[in-house]
Amino acid sequence: MALSLRERLITGLIKASGYSAIVFVLLIFYFLLQEGTPALSQVPLGTLFSGRWYPIEDYFGLLPLISGSLVVTIGAGLVAFPLGLGTAIYIAEIAPRWMREILKPLVELLAGLPSVMLGFLGIIVFSPFLRSWLDIPTGLSALTASLLLGFISLPTIVSVAEDALDAVPKAYRDAALAIGATEWQTIWRVTVPAARTGILTAMMLGLGRAIGETMTVMMVAGNAPVLPRGLDIFLSPVRTMTATIAAEMGEVANGSTHYHVLFFVGIVLFLISLSVNVTASIIIFRQGKRAERMLS
Amino acid sequence: MSRSRLIFLALLLLTLAAGCADPGEGNPSSGDTASPGEAAYIENMGSDTIVNLALAWAEAYQTVNGEVRISVTGGGSGTGLAALVNGTVDIANASRQIKDEERAAIQANGFEPVEFVIARDAIAIIVNPNNPVSELTLQQLSDIYSGVITNWSQVGGEDRPIVKLSRETNSGTHVYFLEEVLRLGDKENKTLFSPDALLLPSSEVISAEVRQNPNAIGYDGLGYVTDDLKVVAVSATVGGAYVLPSADTVNDGTYPIARDLYMYTAGQPTGALLAYLEWILSPAAQEIVTELGFVPVGGGE
Repeated sequence: MALSLRERLITGLIKASGYSAIVFVLLIFYFLLQEGTPALSQVPLGTLFSGRWYPIEDYFGLLPLISGSLVVTIGAGLVAFPLGLGTAIYIAEIAPRWMREILKPLVELLAGLPSVMLGFLGIIVFSPFLRSWLDIPTGLSALTASLLLGFISLPTIVSVAEDALDAVPKAYRDAALAIGATEWQTIWRVTVPAARTGILTAMMLGLGRAIGETMTVMMVAGNAPVLPRGLDIFLSPVRTMTATIAAEMGEVANGSTHYHVLFFVGIVLFLISLSVNVTASIIIFRQGKRAERMLS
Repeated sequence: MSRSRLIFLALLLLTLAAGCADPGEGNPSSGDTASPGEAAYIENMGSDTIVNLALAWAEAYQTVNGEVRISVTGGGSGTGLAALVNGTVDIANASRQIKDEERAAIQANGFEPVEFVIARDAIAIIVNPNNPVSELTLQQLSDIYSGVITNWSQVGGEDRPIVKLSRETNSGTHVYFLEEVLRLGDKENKTLFSPDALLLPSSEVISAEVRQNPNAIGYDGLGYVTDDLKVVAVSATVGGAYVLPSADTVNDGTYPIARDLYMYTAGQPTGALLAYLEWILSPAAQEIVTELGFVPVGGGE
């Protein structure tokens, strides 16, 4: 009797800590909604989705901020996905054991690098170099921000993807090699597809890290709220949602229109990362279904 | 970057404040009305332009009155005044005058904001040392920042795109520049910064970019301009004399982009707070203003 009571208590505690994560997310979302939705009644929708952001004169167009965040995040993905996957494959499949034991902690150490340091590096080294090398007007641009964000999301991607590759049963590789596949064929046709779910999770986590990063972006992206007109947006300065909130939240009077609009930007940011995660889950779910079908 | 530096400075100051409580030394300043031995804690926050000056004053004041502890943080004029509204600071530093809504918010709390002009500052227009342009009129500056002029060749320079650098919108310097340069001081003028003007979080980032980028133009408080930046002479009117910023040209009014720097309190200051503000306006404290590249107020006018 006493045992079952204790067991129920412990189960209850574990359940509570499990649910607490959901409760916190809901509370944060509730707070965001409460502070952000007044923006919808104070600012006409047409203004909110226009192309000019200049809050001290009541221009609250969110489009440049949303596009800025997307441009920088896509750029970070283009940098980090191939590099991260390549590093993960090398560490998991190719590198000898001793090198693997050095490389993996080193990559994970990269995650501990403060983002403000990377931003500083970006201002002093990357941005002048990219400006003179590419002959663009200024190095404080989406490109520099994308590169640095790529580095920032790299450790997450490598770490999670390597774990996924490592979890692929050795029998898969042995079987592939036994039927005459080369090492490259084994990696590309067997191991990587088998670890697809984990790799996808790695990429989504990396993207999430990139879109939420603030300090580095604020320092190197130039923060000019311009609307993209073409692909050259990657070479021009952009202003992201995170940098906008960070730069302006300290100044606004509590309860003003600007204050509510900044929370509304927070809601948009929240919804974007939510949709990234939901999309990833759906893809993973579908693949799971298909794998089950194929096995049965 | 700026904020973390300021926090570091504030910590440094606190250490100094704890270490050098040595009231025996130093002459009491002329305006010294502090009741000696009265321990007080003054919280001072606001404009990034003023923060170095405020720190230097706070440090020097320790030798005059070691009983008073002063904590100084930056963050921008808007940040400081917002903190004054919320009652979390005693003095707000501002590089612009208080806005009507901020005044109203303080009045709603039952206080009347009191303004002190504590120094003057010139906004220097800076370009890369390799940029041949050395003179601009206010109208040209307005056209550059609003996006009418986009190439240096249009103002007598090389064929290069102009990269416009500005402080963030929460900076008092930004607001001042918008009103006095972009809009040429005309209240009816609704000119805005061009959207492709870079809004940078600190004076240091502006200096760093101008130092290495020959396309760039920026503006900064005179106290922040270092030798490896080129200062542009500015003329208020077409055909007028081009003037470089300095203490003399600010005080005789010939340099057109100069402004007053302010401290605000909620309600008439009393006790240690009043003593500190009076000391700031004394000649001894105003000497520090000159040392830091700002222009002193009072005295010789």
